Order: sequence, then C-alpha cells, then structure tokens
Amino acid sequence: MSTAPVMLTEANIQWRLPSRGRVGMLCLIAAETGIFSIFVVAYLFYIGKSVTGPMPADVLELPIFISVCLLSSSLTIHLAVKALSRGRLGVFQVWWFATIALGLIFLIGTAREWHRLLYEKGLTISTNLFGTTYYSLVGLHASHVTIGLVALSIVMTFALLGKVKPEHAERTEVLSLYWHFVDVVWIVVFTVVYIVGR
Amino acid sequence: MASDAIALTPARVASRPLVEVLHDWLITVDHKRLGLMYIGYALLFLIVAGIEAMIMRIQLIRPHNTFVSPETFNRMFTMHGTTMIFFVTMPVLFGFANYLVPLMIGARDMAFPRLNAWSFWMTAFGGMLLYFSFLGGSGLFGAGSAPDVGWFAYAPLTARAFSPGHSTDYWTLGLLVSGFGSIGTSINIVTTVLCMRCPGMTLGKMPLLVWMNMVMGGMVFFALGPLSAAQIMLIVDRYLGGHFFDTQAGGSAVLWMHFFWIFGHPEVYILVIPAFAFVSEIVPVFSRKAIFGYPVMVAATVAIGFVSFSVWAHHMFAVGMPSYGNAFFVLTTMLVAIPTGIKIFNWIGTMWGGKLRFATPMLFCLAFLFQFLIAGLTGIMLGAAPFNWQLTNSYFVVAHFHYVIVGGILFAVFGAFYYWFPKMTGRMLSETLGKWHFWLFVIGFHLTFDFMHIPGLLGMPRRIYTYEPGRGWESWNLIVSIGAVFQGVAILIFVYNLISSYLIGRDAGSDPWDAWTLEWSTASPPPAYNFAVVPTVRSRRPLWDVKHPEDPDWKYE
Repeated sequence: MSTAPVMLTEANIQWRLPSRGRVGMLCLIAAETGIFSIFVVAYLFYIGKSVTGPMPADVLELPIFISVCLLSSSLTIHLAVKALSRGRLGVFQVWWFATIALGLIFLIGTAREWHRLLYEKGLTISTNLFGTTYYSLVGLHASHVTIGLVALSIVMTFALLGKVKPEHAERTEVLSLYWHFVDVVWIVVFTVVYIVGR
Repeated sequence: MASDAIALTPARVASRPLVEVLHDWLITVDHKRLGLMYIGYALLFLIVAGIEAMIMRIQLIRPHNTFVSPETFNRMFTMHGTTMIFFVTMPVLFGFANYLVPLMIGARDMAFPRLNAWSFWMTAFGGMLLYFSFLGGSGLFGAGSAPDVGWFAYAPLTARAFSPGHSTDYWTLGLLVSGFGSIGTSINIVTTVLCMRCPGMTLGKMPLLVWMNMVMGGMVFFALGPLSAAQIMLIVDRYLGGHFFDTQAGGSAVLWMHFFWIFGHPEVYILVIPAFAFVSEIVPVFSRKAIFGYPVMVAATVAIGFVSFSVWAHHMFAVGMPSYGNAFFVLTTMLVAIPTGIKIFNWIGTMWGGKLRFATPMLFCLAFLFQFLIAGLTGIMLGAAPFNWQLTNSYFVVAHFHYVIVGGILFAVFGAFYYWFPKMTGRMLSETLGKWHFWLFVIGFHLTFDFMHIPGLLGMPRRIYTYEPGRGWESWNLIVSIGAVFQGVAILIFVYNLISSYLIGRDAGSDPWDAWTLEWSTASPPPAYNFAVVPTVRSRRPLWDVKHPEDPDWKYE
C-alpha cells in the first residue's frame, strides 16, 4: 500500500470532449422541458373544466403576428452566431439587435393581449380554471422570453463596447440554444392554448 | 544537506484568524470544499430530523401517550420526512458526487464551479426557509408553527382554507429553492462527466460511481422539474387565488398527486442509484476483484432510470384509477425488479470467489445488500394493487420505505463515509468505533423496521398520533421505539468517531485500501488542484495498471 502520490501519465492519446457550455445548456433545457411539460399537461387536463366564464373561445384571438416575430427571431439569432464565427462583427450586431427587437415585439404583444383580457374581458388568474392555467403557462413562457432578452441585451451591450470577438462565437451559440428552446416552447404553447384549447 | 533540512522542517503554515478561514469557506468554488459543506450540512439536518423521529417514537411508545400534542405530532412527521429526503439524503449524496466525480475522472474541478457554489447555497437557503417556519409559520403575531401537511402535501390540505398562516408557504418555497439547487448541481454533474474526463477515460472506462451519478443527474432534470412546476402551481393557488388544486372551481386534487409522484417515485431512484454507486466501488475493493458484469451494471442503471419514470401511480392505487391504469402501473413496477435484481446478482458475483476483507465499509455494504433485497421484496408486495389496497397508508408502507431509505441508502452512505473519509481528511476512521456503530445500528435498524411491518399488517395506519390499547399494537410499538434508541446511540458513536478521528485518527496515506480508481492516486486530502499532472488512463482500474505493470487490465478489456 503505497503512501506517495502516484502519477499516471501517457502522451499522445487522441482526446476530444464535447463543449461544456453546449452540454450544460442542453441539460438546463432538459430540466426546463420537465417544468413546461407539467404546465402543458395541467392546461390540457383543465380544458373545458372551468365552472364559470369567460371561456377561451369567447376571449382568445390568434396572436399570429407576434408568433411570426418570435419564430423568425430564431433565424436572426442563427444568422448572428454564424456571422460572428466568420468574424463579421457588424453583421453580427445587426442580426443580434434584430433578435432583441423581435423578442421585444413579442413581449409587447403579450402585454397588450393580457391588458385586453384583464381590463376588457375581466379574466384574471383567479377568475376560473382557464384564467389560472392560461396566465400560468403563457406567463411562464413570457418570463423565459424576458430572461432571454436580458441575456441577449447583456451580449449586445458588450458587443457595442467592442468586447465581443469571433472567439466568443461558441458562447453566443450556447445562448442561442436557449433562445431556440424558448421558441420551440412557444410552438407548443401556441398549439395547446390557441388551437387545441379554443 | 540543504535538501534534508528542508525535508525535515515540518510543513507548518501559520494559523490564520478564524474569520479568514470561514470567509474562505464562504466564497469557495472548490468542488471538494463544496462537497464537504454539502455533507456537513446534511449531517446537521440528520441530527435534527433524527430528533424529530425520536419525538414521534416516544409519543407512540405506549397507547394514549401525551408526550406531544396531535398538532405537534403532525408537524414532526411532516418535518421529519421533508428534511430527511430533501435536506439530508439529497445533500449528502450530492456532497459525495461533488467530491468524488472530478477526482475519479481525473479532472481538476467541476465543469461550472460557480454554479456549484450557487447550487449549494440554494439548497442551504431552502433548508433554512423550511426551518424558519418554526418561528414565522403563523406570521409575526402567532407563536409560529412548522408545516403539518405531510411530506407529500396532498391537496386540499395545502389550500388556504385548511392551512392558514405561512407554514405551508415555507414548505413550498423551501422545496422550490432547494429544487433549483438540485437541478443546478445535476447540470454540473452531467456536464462534468461528459466534458471533463481525463485523456483515455472513455465512457466505457469510467468508474461505475461516475456512471451512476451521471444517470442520477439526468433523472433529476425530469423529476425535480415537475416538482418545481407543481410548487409554482401551489404558490399560484395560495398567493394569487388560482384554482389548480381547488376542487370547488373544477380543479383536481388528484392532479397534485400525479404531479407529486411523477417527482416522488423517480426521486427514490435518484437517492438509491448513488447508493448503488458506493456499493459498486466498495464491494470490488474489499473483495479484491474487478466488478462483475460492468456493462450490464451500466445498462441496468440506465434501465432503472427509464423505467422509474413510468411507475409513479403505484403510490395512488387507493385513489380509484381505472383498472387498466392499475394494471399498467403494477406491471411497470414489477419491471423495476429486473434491473435491480441484476445488480444484486452482480455484486454477489463480484464477491464470489473473492478475498473478502470485512472492514467497516464492507460490513455496511453487506448489510445494504441483504436489507435492500428485503426492501425490494416488500416493494413488490406493495406494487401489487390488490395487496396495496389492503395495506395502503399503513405502517407496513412506512416500514417498507424506511427499509429502502435507511436499510439501503443510509447503510451505503455510512459505508461511503468509512471508505472515503481517509481521502477527505487524511486520517482513518476508528475501526473499533466503526464496528460498534455498525452492530448497534444493525440491531437498532432491525428492531425498529422489521417489527414495524407487523402493526401495519395488524391495521395500524400511519400518521396517527396515538392509539387505543387492546389492538395488539402495544408491544410492537414498544420494540420499534426501543430500536430507535439503539439507532440514536449508534449515530452518536458515528459523530464522535468523525470528530475524534479527524483530530487524532491514524494517518491514512494516499491509498489506505489498496484501491484502483484515480482519487487514490493523489494525496489525502487532495490539493486544491487535485492532480499535479492530469492523469491518463487505459482501463477501468488505472491504479491496478500502475501497481501491476506485468499484468495490466487494459490487456483484457
């Protein structure tokens, strides 16, 4: 039983490992999928179970425009990351800013919809089951968009200060994974809330 | 000679002020320190939750006892269960994972050290929130009260009307916050395993402990995620007037059960797979053989991980599900027995023909094998819906899951303490005290939990604060409570052993057990950077290869 620390070394092994950032973000997305799927299941389970109005068919309108905006922001962030990895900083900034703008439009659209529901239709989170599940699910998604926008804006600030370089392409790509996830969740939420649930 | 003089000078560092040392621990991002903090924090709560268990056993020691009020009894079983699961077992397992995984894969730290610190402090904060309810549970004007809704907090008990004050809020917030901490740590463990392995350590050459902790981490994503979602819903119900679990507005109390157990059953495997991991490292070393059936062990672990997500409603047979629902969950539950049985046979196969050394870590692992088998067998009994209908919510259920968590997980954790304490501190735990700890705990465990099955079979429901004499429950409850005293004494010996061995224990050296995984190749305790030179491995037992260059493992793998 040796007491001196033993060293094991051997050179020249071909050794490549996946990137930490990408794997970590995919793990976070897995956990977030767990959270969202429970809210989606609750929404589906409670469709048509509200004992009082208003009902989804009476008050919900298809948010086509803001959905298009949010989904196209996936394309713009992809183009931004691609531009950065090719060293085209100006193009990166333009597409990155476009992503933030599209995300903001989506959030403003959601806010307007909520304002209409709250003040014109009288639907709050405590009105009925529809209100409870609707505001929770859409709100959970909107809070993720907000977090994403904060992160995107931090990168934008660094970019404007000239601190974002092509070697940061992988980090921006990790952030773009989160943004793509938020967009995919919106496809599910849109289907569940505005198509199945209406 | 000058070099002699240097070597003979004791390596003493001037002792620093206490504030500075504490500050170092507070801001640390070192995986070893965070691991030790997780473990210390869990031990603290082990004592607290153990005292709560003792209070319950004193109350039930004879019929019509008035040691505590019914309300206090409700708080005790709620706090005991919640604490033991979320603030003892999970942190202690995360602590070992944090400490061991980077060392075993030849890495210098976890993938995200700051996330690691964040996760630990979230967990710690969650525990404090839960226990702050003793002061703030009824609000500032009340005397304070802990949550009393049971550890699975079924609706509508948690509704505002039935649970006024803030005690349930502390429960739900504590679990939400520590749940985020658990998710953070699991992200870290999985990423570390996938991205930080030393050259040569392919997935098929990782120690089984690393494999099993990675599977555990993956399970946490899909178990703690739903729990967090359910807690958010409960907060919406309690604070914003939502109706998720409000039956009067069309909500469903059963939905909470589903959501809770979608977390709750995988959680059992999240806890037991790291226990399997300890056994899979300790048994080979103390049998002087390589693990039997390595690929099958990995496959069985992954299989358990998958199957465990389809068994949750076996906690809900008494709710009244449709018959095909019952049948489905009976079948999936039985299915878990297959990979678990494979593991038990593999551990026996490892010992078969080996040169067994009955040191304390091995003793705890042997007891684990035997007790976990029995726990699995009563699990199969309870997994059969008709049997379950007879014994649901009885002390038989309580005996079963304590057999899993104490007889299985806690014994493996004790084994891990005796096995890795030398690595963590540089000193051996006392074998004499260890044997006392082991035998007293075995006796106490079997007195308590073997005999706890019987009042359950005789119809004693769980969570009652007292009972009538003349039902045949008295002597069983007396024996159960006496067993608890044995366990308490054993735990005190264990704590004394930890402290005294840390101060005056025998010097361990870097490799006291003649083991084969990478953590034993560095000093004890390991330096902050773990390995001066990042190691390279060629087989599953890199230290065997070093110690036996004439007959290395990589020739056969």
